[in-house]
Amino acid sequence: MNLRAVRAIYIYEMSRTFRTLAQSLLSPVLSTSLYFIVFGAAIGSRIQEVDGVSYGAFIVPGLIMLTVITQSVTNAAFGIYFPKFIGTIFELLSAPISFLEIVLGYVGAAATKSFIIGVIILVTANLFVDLHITHPFWMIAFLALTCISFSLLGFIIGIWANNFEQLQLVPLLVITPLVFLGGSFYSISMLPPLWQTVTLFNPIVYLVSGFRWSFYENADVAVGVSLAMITLFLGLCLSVIWWIFKTGYKIRN
Amino acid sequence: MNPIVSIKKMSKTYKGGQQALREVSLDIQKGEILALLGPNGAGKTTLISAICGLIETDSGTITVAGFDIVKDYRQTRTLIGLVPQEITLEPFETVFNTVRFSRGLFGKPKDPEYIEEILKRLSLWDKKDSAIRELSGGMKRRVLIAKALSHEPQVLFLDEPTAGVDVELRRDMWQTVRQLQSSGVTIILTTHYIEEAEAIADRVGVISDGRLLLAEEKTTLMKRMGKKQLRIELQSALKEIPSALENYKLELAEDGCSLQYTYDTGQDRTGVTRLFADLSKAGIHIRDVHTSQSSLEEIFVDLVKESA
Repeated sequence: MNLRAVRAIYIYEMSRTFRTLAQSLLSPVLSTSLYFIVFGAAIGSRIQEVDGVSYGAFIVPGLIMLTVITQSVTNAAFGIYFPKFIGTIFELLSAPISFLEIVLGYVGAAATKSFIIGVIILVTANLFVDLHITHPFWMIAFLALTCISFSLLGFIIGIWANNFEQLQLVPLLVITPLVFLGGSFYSISMLPPLWQTVTLFNPIVYLVSGFRWSFYENADVAVGVSLAMITLFLGLCLSVIWWIFKTGYKIRN
Repeated sequence: MNPIVSIKKMSKTYKGGQQALREVSLDIQKGEILALLGPNGAGKTTLISAICGLIETDSGTITVAGFDIVKDYRQTRTLIGLVPQEITLEPFETVFNTVRFSRGLFGKPKDPEYIEEILKRLSLWDKKDSAIRELSGGMKRRVLIAKALSHEPQVLFLDEPTAGVDVELRRDMWQTVRQLQSSGVTIILTTHYIEEAEAIADRVGVISDGRLLLAEEKTTLMKRMGKKQLRIELQSALKEIPSALENYKLELAEDGCSLQYTYDTGQDRTGVTRLFADLSKAGIHIRDVHTSQSSLEEIFVDLVKESA
């Protein structure tokens, strides 16, 4: 294992984050604060409690998930697409490193960044609403698993994308709608029965539900199912990446 | 001596059907400068890319210092440095960071002193904290060399190192290449400037249409294939070449004032003495003589023409 290479990629990617600190960390914090002001304070004050939790506090796990998922996908996608775009990928391909090490470096950095953003949002949220985390271990586990899985997905998108348009396409047309319709801002029990069934096909529902459970112990689906779903998603992404590297898809040609 | 790089019967066909390499075999000796010469699209970059692991080949084997490039890729890639043809650098990164990144990527422990030494050798030290986008084209190319040298490779591939570089900078680059060679690095460079191969290479390989036409010592090549021309200026113009001189296959200039004799420098007898004697016998008076040797360029053009 060429750990020095993993470390080099990781540090290089993280330093990019710190170089663009304002857009990397500040903008998600700002947009989350806006959500709190609009949904939490302005609209939220007129909404009754959801499952015994004030609406402002109820949306916190969903909001964190919304940002973390979007950030993971875009960061990881950009991280690997950029070297492809400017041509520096030749160096990665000619270095004595395995694909596993490349993934560890890039996905590790993207996931770390999203994790940091998630924590910052949590701290910011704490300024607006009273937060109580019932299962801190599971909260961190769900957050970390989500960061890793969606960074893997982002990596796949970054390898697949041929231009910047495609790079934006999946986050914009797939991820954002799924997150919004995945119960980030509502409990799926608020939906008519038909839509509740439809919603269960949305993988994000399980993430948000499990994550929310770690805060308030109430969930739309059983927490075990949530955990199984995210593990399944992680496994799926890993299989696709394994296939990409085995076949050299869009890399070595 | 075992070659540092050994290529055996390597072929590569791209997906579109273009056959880039056809059963290329080549041994590269430790410490030499080998210039791969060929027109655009001949397969030079494909050959380098295959050795460096950027593309997969269809058949054949490549070893570097005895290690197979596929099976033992970690060993072979650690030994190789690659300077690509295109300037591919992250514009916002600093010179020092980008070189340090390359060293880490190749699995070497941190060594700021060594990076300082390379940057000084390539006259980049005072730019170490500058972002890449602030550098001139020549400097960027040197940053690419610094990155390729960052992990102390034994073999350095330079893909068209002086393409689009001005004359002065080209000479600087040659100087750098010679210095690297004297520090023990084996250098393989591709070029379509024959002048470049002539100026710095120990050995020249000619590639055309995916085939390696030859790989020979530069001096042997020029001697073997080199033709020399002797131009004889005459005191008075001739209307035609006298029949006594027919065997020499002389060419008479249009104005009749000079004769040209072409001979092979590789042969024991060039026939020059006899020619002068026969000219004198024929009553032809000589005003002046010039000789000129065919350059690598002419040899190259002839070879590529022959293969086409």
